[in-house]
Amino acid sequence: MKILLSLIAAALLLVTSGSARAGQTFDAVKKRGAVVCGVHTGLGGFGAPDQKGNWAGLDVDVCRAVAAAMFGDSEKVKYVPLSAQQRLTALQSGEIDMLSRNTTWTLTREAANGLLFTATNFFDGQGFLVAKKLGVKAATELNGATVCVQTGTTTELNLSDFARANKLDIKPVTIENFEEAASAFVAGRCDAMTSDKSQLAAIRANQTPNPDDYVILPELISKEPLSTAVRQGDDQWFNLVKWSFYAMVEAEERGVTSANVDAMTKSPDPNIQRLLGASGDMGKGLGVDNKWAYVIIKQVGNYGESFERNVGKASKLKLERGLNALWNKGGLMYAMPIR
Amino acid sequence: MAAPLPLSGGLLSRPLAWSRRHLFNSPTNAVMTVVVLWLLWATIPPVVDWALLKAVWVGDPAACRAAGGACWAFVGQKYRLILFGIYPYEEQWRPLLAIVLFIVLMLVSAHPASWRRWLFWLWLSGLALVALLMWGGVAGLPFVANDRWGGLPLTLVLSTSGIVLSFPLAVLLALGRRSRLPAVRAASIAYIELWRGVPLVSVLFMASIMFPLFLPEGVTIDKLLRAQLGIILFTAAYVAEAVRGGLQAIPRGQAEAAEALGLGYWQKTRLIILPQALRLVIPPLVGQFITTFKDTSLVIIIGLYDLLSSTKVALSDPQWRGFYVEGYIAAAGIYFLFTFSMSRYSQYLERRLNRGRI
Repeated sequence: MKILLSLIAAALLLVTSGSARAGQTFDAVKKRGAVVCGVHTGLGGFGAPDQKGNWAGLDVDVCRAVAAAMFGDSEKVKYVPLSAQQRLTALQSGEIDMLSRNTTWTLTREAANGLLFTATNFFDGQGFLVAKKLGVKAATELNGATVCVQTGTTTELNLSDFARANKLDIKPVTIENFEEAASAFVAGRCDAMTSDKSQLAAIRANQTPNPDDYVILPELISKEPLSTAVRQGDDQWFNLVKWSFYAMVEAEERGVTSANVDAMTKSPDPNIQRLLGASGDMGKGLGVDNKWAYVIIKQVGNYGESFERNVGKASKLKLERGLNALWNKGGLMYAMPIR
Repeated sequence: MAAPLPLSGGLLSRPLAWSRRHLFNSPTNAVMTVVVLWLLWATIPPVVDWALLKAVWVGDPAACRAAGGACWAFVGQKYRLILFGIYPYEEQWRPLLAIVLFIVLMLVSAHPASWRRWLFWLWLSGLALVALLMWGGVAGLPFVANDRWGGLPLTLVLSTSGIVLSFPLAVLLALGRRSRLPAVRAASIAYIELWRGVPLVSVLFMASIMFPLFLPEGVTIDKLLRAQLGIILFTAAYVAEAVRGGLQAIPRGQAEAAEALGLGYWQKTRLIILPQALRLVIPPLVGQFITTFKDTSLVIIIGLYDLLSSTKVALSDPQWRGFYVEGYIAAAGIYFLFTFSMSRYSQYLERRLNRGRI
């Protein structure tokens, strides 16, 4: 009994006081000296520990950008891997400060779950992957086709909505695990595979014997704006997370990269001067140092660099920019003016 | 002169006679034999072909895809991630040492000669040493926060702490359930039935998702600790029932004799009843340990990197996509190694314990 009591006492000692729930997340993060960031348990290119246990990915870079803006050091992040079921509660309960984990921005999540989405760092949508020899050119030609789909996801619901709306007789082959669904498709168990387009591109590039024998159909049957979220109730924190990401997009638009950022501080362009803290008080307005965006770009890179490194041409996923190109290059990435 | 050849005829006819007697002694058996032989023929060669002949042992993903066999190169490339999760790479000798320590502890406690009181203290100090190794922060070891623990050490920590720390609670519950005091008995029954009535998944879910919402603002309890407490409280209910089985097997005369000697309740229980009862329940305890060991893989739903989840992380690498069969076989192999030796050990124990009582 004594042992049990001392164990309970030891357990209570381990109770740590975490971030404050109401209001001052910003101050709590500052006091703690690290951003607690909720990430995926393992999704290559977006958020996954590498061979040596270091976190990398497009979502992870948002965490690093916020830490860079806050502390001048992108390494001051504590990563909390979360399952799909846990992620919203973890943010609501204050276990994490921000959620950057392939999460779709929806009305319910803001209206009912007490979250606020800051900005979308990846625009995705559900599509179809088919073998070229099938001769299908559009998703509406999939009448009578068998389609491999992961169970228990919105993907499955979107597929049946799409079939009903277009009066198509689609036979879903539901498989519980995403990797197994992909392998089943590659092995020829279904005519088509449906999932988020970025995932389909990854399957096509890495899992098919010859990627040129497969094609992703042009239609998107759903919108998946994958975004970063914070808890409601601390506007200063909300602002910092939002603008940390916008700084990365703005940097790409202005041609500022991690390589040339030092030279760019002497740029005569007032937009770049404001971004890099050479003039104006942009950082002070957010409650951080005026060099905040300079540090983000120096340590994490601009959005384009982050994209190419994690999911683009330089990575194994080899995704096209597509919707994630800058607004003036045909995409949707549009940073609000930093001024 | 040609010698008769009964010998060769005998050699030839003996397997034939044997198979006629055992495999083809009735039409049904003959059909079954043929079907089973065909099944073996249809399954074994492709598996051997895939797992051994066409397998790639060293190489890159392209070589694996070209070969079409098992890609053991994936396991070779990722074994440290599978075994140790996201524990800092340079410090991974520490979890390795922790695994060795666990195995030594298990081997020591396996021998009946060490079933003494010191074993309990050995386990407590062993677990403390493991904690010291894993956390560090003293004696020049860099501190590693427990959110970076993972792989096999995490599985072992969760399961062994689950068994060892639930044990005292379980003994109290088992005694409580047989108590003459109605309140104690009712509380014990309620606890045991409540925890046995819910699945472990829901316990973990409550611990990791619902529980933080009930806490006062600004207070969070470590995720690993929440899961560990959940496993301990859950296991205690099962171990309590095993212990109660042991208590019931002790003849009434033992307690009466102890009372006749003037021993009080606690003296009687501690000196006479429990030492006999606990020896009896070691086989079911080993069984419970196997269950707990495998059940810890459920922590995957709360984002802890135990052996199975770290295997999944290894599989999420886009470069090595699609080799999940190899990854899962490797993880299953490690689980099997542990559970099979425990199960063999349990059989050995039963034989040994029964031998003394005939």
